[in-house]
Amino acid sequence: MNALLAYSIIFAQLSLAIAMTCAAYRILRGPRAQDRVLGLDTLYVNAMLLLLVFGIKSGSTLYFEMALVVALLGFVGTVALAKFLLRGEVIE
Amino acid sequence: MKGTADILALSAFFTASFLLLGSALTLIGSLGLLRLRSFYERVHAPTLGTTLGVGCIGMSSIIYFSTLAGQIVFHEVLIVLFVTITTPITLMVLVRAALFRDQTEGPDGSGGSIGNAPYSRE
Repeated sequence: MNALLAYSIIFAQLSLAIAMTCAAYRILRGPRAQDRVLGLDTLYVNAMLLLLVFGIKSGSTLYFEMALVVALLGFVGTVALAKFLLRGEVIE
Repeated sequence: MKGTADILALSAFFTASFLLLGSALTLIGSLGLLRLRSFYERVHAPTLGTTLGVGCIGMSSIIYFSTLAGQIVFHEVLIVLFVTITTPITLMVLVRAALFRDQTEGPDGSGGSIGNAPYSRE
């Protein structure tokens, strides 16, 4: 692995960590509940991208499976929360 | 062998460029989530990360693992397709919930047209 790839992996990890911090701030301080759900959505997508970058860094395809599971569960969780905000219950 | 080294350097260059592009776009999207003022403006910002960010980092992962394995590996297309398809569904449901809540409670969450609904107050 050459130096360019190593430095860009470090940059990608840093910027994705900052992006996750922004999303976490929106979850904590969001004025209303839909802002918090939107922050959660952004947080799980950023975490999934960070897992992909970890996979590139370590050269292991195991992180890909984790990223797929995070994407699936994050989608289900966000839709359930949005449905809860819409109706007051998840399964009618 | 010089040809193999060239291919490796080229693949590392493309992996690094897609990685930089994707992570920078995701960072810009999350900064937009932090900075924009109303909820309906904030909904737009993270989609930069969920479409182009996921696409670029997935592309970089495809190039890297294809070079590593010596054959074309495209598992990451699954993630890219899944996230690209599900993000509009999620945000549509979320914006409908936000519209409903704005109609029942008012834009700032205080009272509103229907009145004080105790179950939906924060």
